[in-house]
Amino acid sequence: MSDNVVIICYIIAAILFILSLGGLSNQESARRGNWFGIIGMLLALVAVTASKEVTAYGLLAISIFPAVVIGGFLAARVKMTEMPELVAILHSFVGAAAVLVGLSLQQDSTAVHHAGIAGTIHNIEIFVGVCIGAITFTGSIVAFAKLRGSISGSPLLLPARHLLNLVIVVATIWLGMEFVSHGVIENPLVPLLIAMVLTGILGIHLVMAIGGADMPVVVSMLNSYSGWAAAAAGFMLGNNLLIIVGALVGSSGLILSLFMCRGMNRSLISVILGGFGTGDGGGGGAVQTPEGDITAIEAGATAQLLNEAKSVIIVPGYGMAVAQAQHTIATITKKLRANGTKVLFAIHPVAGRLPGHMNVLLAEANIPYDIVLELDEINADFASTDVVLVIGANDIVNPSALDDPNSPIAGMPVLEVWNAKDVIVMKRSMGTGYAGVQNPLFFNDNTSMLFGDAGENVDAILADM
Amino acid sequence: MIIGVPKEIHTGERRVAIVPSGVTALREMGFNVLVESCAGDNADYANAKYEEVGATIAKDANEVWSNCDLIVKVREPMESEIDKMNVDSTLISFFWPAKNESLLKKITTKHATVLAMDCIPRISRAQKMDALSSMANIAGYRAVIEAANEFPHFFTGQITAAGKINPAKVLIIGGGVAGLAALGAAKSLGAIVRAFDTRLAVREQVESLGGEFLELDFPDEDGEGGGGYAKTMSDEFIQAEMKLFAKQAIEVDIIITTALIPGKEAPKLITAGMVESMREGSVIVDLAAEQGGNCALTKPNEKVVHQGVTILGYTDLPSRMAALSSRLYSAGIVHLIDEMGGKDAYNIDLENEVIRGALVTQDGTITWPPPKPKNPGPTYSADSGKRPEKESASVADSKENEKSCPFLKISKIVVMLAVAVGIYIAGSSLPEQDEFVQRFIDQLTVFVLACFVGWQVIWNVKPALHTPLMSVTNAISGIIIIGGILQISRPEIDASVILGAVAILLAAINVVGGFLVTNRMLAMFRQ
Repeated sequence: MSDNVVIICYIIAAILFILSLGGLSNQESARRGNWFGIIGMLLALVAVTASKEVTAYGLLAISIFPAVVIGGFLAARVKMTEMPELVAILHSFVGAAAVLVGLSLQQDSTAVHHAGIAGTIHNIEIFVGVCIGAITFTGSIVAFAKLRGSISGSPLLLPARHLLNLVIVVATIWLGMEFVSHGVIENPLVPLLIAMVLTGILGIHLVMAIGGADMPVVVSMLNSYSGWAAAAAGFMLGNNLLIIVGALVGSSGLILSLFMCRGMNRSLISVILGGFGTGDGGGGGAVQTPEGDITAIEAGATAQLLNEAKSVIIVPGYGMAVAQAQHTIATITKKLRANGTKVLFAIHPVAGRLPGHMNVLLAEANIPYDIVLELDEINADFASTDVVLVIGANDIVNPSALDDPNSPIAGMPVLEVWNAKDVIVMKRSMGTGYAGVQNPLFFNDNTSMLFGDAGENVDAILADM
Repeated sequence: MIIGVPKEIHTGERRVAIVPSGVTALREMGFNVLVESCAGDNADYANAKYEEVGATIAKDANEVWSNCDLIVKVREPMESEIDKMNVDSTLISFFWPAKNESLLKKITTKHATVLAMDCIPRISRAQKMDALSSMANIAGYRAVIEAANEFPHFFTGQITAAGKINPAKVLIIGGGVAGLAALGAAKSLGAIVRAFDTRLAVREQVESLGGEFLELDFPDEDGEGGGGYAKTMSDEFIQAEMKLFAKQAIEVDIIITTALIPGKEAPKLITAGMVESMREGSVIVDLAAEQGGNCALTKPNEKVVHQGVTILGYTDLPSRMAALSSRLYSAGIVHLIDEMGGKDAYNIDLENEVIRGALVTQDGTITWPPPKPKNPGPTYSADSGKRPEKESASVADSKENEKSCPFLKISKIVVMLAVAVGIYIAGSSLPEQDEFVQRFIDQLTVFVLACFVGWQVIWNVKPALHTPLMSVTNAISGIIIIGGILQISRPEIDASVILGAVAILLAAINVVGGFLVTNRMLAMFRQ
C-alpha cells in the first residue's frame, strides 16, 4: 500500500473517530457511534499493517493475538458494577504503551538522527510522551486499587505534599534538559529512565492524595492523560492519526472532569491536588455535628410505605452498585408503576465512582431512561413526593452542603430529598460517606434508616410488597 | 348577634364589605345581617339582592351603627362613623394603624375591638382572609387597563399592510401581588414585560409569568424583609437601582410602580428627570400613590400629564371594579369571622396567630403592633419566605452562569488567539526550510484543531452516556498501538522491537476490551 493510501485511510479513520464521539451524544445514535469507532480502529490497523514500514507480521500476530483474547475475556466477564475498575486498569495500559513506545523510539538504532533544532524537538517529544505515559500508568494503577478496595479510599496526605509534587516536577524538567542537551549526564537513557520513575511516583502520589468521593473526576482525568500520552506518541512518530485521536480523547476526559467538578461545585485544580475533606479549603470554622435521634425502620414497614405512596423517587448511590441491587430495584419499580405509583430516579452528577455510573447500572436493569432524571430536573419535585428511597448514597443527599458553610462539602449542589414526606435511607451503618462528613439528614424526623446490606434489604422489601 | 354593613362614605369608594353570597354564608353560621340601604348599589348589588338572601335592609347608617355590635367595612372608619359606634362593639375593616394613629386613639374611647384586614399576617393558613392580596390582584390588573386606556398605541406588536407596529414595553417595579397581576395582564395583552424587585425570590415568579426579570449589577443583597414584604435597601443598592430605572425609562412605554415598604412612605423611584426622558404618549401608573407615590410627579387620585407623559395616581383601582373587589373582600371577611368561631363559638383567641395579628385594639386597649411570632422559622417557610428564596437563589446562580457564558466564550476566543499567536511566534523563530521543523508545525496545527473538535463534540454528550463515552475514548486511545506497530519492523530483534511488541500487546487489550465493553453497555440502554 502506498504512503498516500495509508494517509487517506488515516484521515477516514480520524473522521470515523470524531463521528464515534459525536454519536455518543444521545442514546439512539450511541451504538452506531461505537461501531464507527470500531471500524475506524480496524481501518487504521489495516492501513498501518499494510504500510511499507511494517514487515514483521509474525511478531505482530504474536503480540496481538493474546491481547484480543484477554481483552475479549475482560469485556465479557466484567460486571457492570466493576466498570470503574476496568476503565482505570485499561487507562494504565495506554499509559504503559506510551512509555514503551517512547523508550522503544529512543532505543531505535535505525531511526534517522536529527541534528540541531529538529533533534531537540524530537527529544522533547519523546521525553514528554514518556513522562505523561508514566503518570497515567501509575496513577491508573492506584486508582484501580482504590476502586477495588485493595487500598484504602481515604486520601493519603503526606506532609508537605504540594512541595513534594513541586520538587518532582522541577527535577523532571531538569532531567528533561539533560536528556535533550547531554549536559552532565553522558548517556541520554539515564535521565529518561530517572524521569520515568519520578513521574511514576508523581502519578502514585497524586492519586493517593485524592479521596474516594473524587474518584469519578480522577478516572476521567486519567482518561484525559491517556489521550495526551497518545498524542505525544503521535508527535514523536510524526503520525497525525495518533495526534488527532490523542487530542480528542484528551479533551474529552478534560470536559468530563470539568463537568463533574461543576457538579460538586469545586475547582478542577483543587480536586487534582487532592486532600479533600481535610479543611484545606474550608472556612476555618467548626463543622456542625448533627445531634438527635435516629429512627430505624424494617423492610416490611418500608414496603408498606411504598405501597401506600402515590409518588416515589429513588436516589441511587454507590451503595446500590456495590450491592448489585439495581435488578431488584427495577422489579420494585415495575411493581409500583403497575400500581399506578409515579416512580422517578434522581441521579446526582457525581453519584457512583464514574461519570454516568448510575445510568449504566439502571440501564442494565432495564429501567426506562425517561424516568431517570438529573439533579436540576428533579430537585423541585421532592416537595411533592411521598416517599424518597435513598439507596447507598450519602454525601449527595447531605443538607449541610446547603446550610453549613463550614462543611467540607458546602456549596455542592445536593438532591434535596428532605423536602419529601418520608425519606428512607438504606445504609450499611451510621458511618460517614466518602467525604467523611456526618449527614444531618439521618437525624431528621421524616427520615427513617433501613440498616443492613442494600441487596438483602431490597430483596426483603420486594418480598413484602 | 347582628352584623352590620354600612355604606362606604369615603369619596369615590364603590365597594361594599359584604355581598349577597357573603350574607348567605354568614346566615348559615347563625348571624343576622343588617345592610344599609343602597350599600351595594355602586357595586351592582341592589337592595333586592340582599333581601333575597335574607338580609335586613336598614334605612340609614345610624340604624346600622346603633343596632349592630359587629360592623364590617371596607375603608377605615371616618371620625363621624366612630361617633355613631356603639360602646364595646367590634369593627372589622381596613384600618392601617401605622398611618391612622389619631383614629386608633379615638376608637379606643368607644372601648372598641378592631380587627384590621390589612394586618392579617401573610401566612399560608390566612391566605383565604388576605384582602390585601385580593385587592392588590385587582389593582394590578386594573393598572394595566388604565394604562392601556391612556396609551395611544397597541400593546401587542403587529405587522400589517399599513406598516409595522412595535409591541409596547412595560416595566413593572415591585413584584408583589399587584406587580405580578399587572405583569400577567400586560403580557396577555401582548406587551413585552419586564419586572424588577429587590427580593430575589420574585425572579422565579416573574419568569413563570413570562416576564423578564431585570437584575442589578450589584452583589447579592436580598430585599426579603420577612413575611413576604420588602425591606429598605442600602444606599449603594438604591443608586444601582436608580441607574437601572433611568436606563429603562428611556426604553419603555409604560411603567407600573407597586413598590411599598410596610409602615413607611413609598420609596421615590421615578424622578422627574426620568419621566421627562420617556417618549411622549408614555404612561406611568403609580399604585403606591396612596403612600406618597413611587414617582416624584404623582398626585394622588389625579391624572397628571407632564411633557406628554401621563401619570396616573389613582388610589381607587380596586373600587373601579367594585363588583369583583367587593365579592373577594366579602369572602375574606367571611373567612375571618369563620376563623373567629362563627356565631356559636365567637371569641377573640389571642393564641390564634391570624386573629392576634389582625387585632388592633381589644376592648379599648391598643394591642397593635402584635408581638413578634415566637418561632419565626416556620412562619416564614409557610409563606413565600424561606424555601422559594433558596430556590430562587439557586436559579439566580444558574442564571449567573448563563450570563457569564458570553464572557466565557470571549475568554475562550482570547485564549485561542493567544495560542495561535504563540505558535506563530514560536514557528517564526525556528529556522526555516528545515523539513522536520515544518513537519512539527503541521502536526501542531493538527493537534490544536483536533483538541478544538473534541471540545466541541464532547459537550453535547448526555451525562447519562458519560460512562460509555469514557470507555469508547479509552478504546480509541488504544490507537497508540500504531506506535508499537511502527516500531517492530527492524532487521534484528533489539530492545526497541521488544518494547514495541509489549506496547502492542497492552494497547490491543485496551482496544478490544474497550470497544466490546462499550457495546455491551450500550445494548442495555433502551427507551
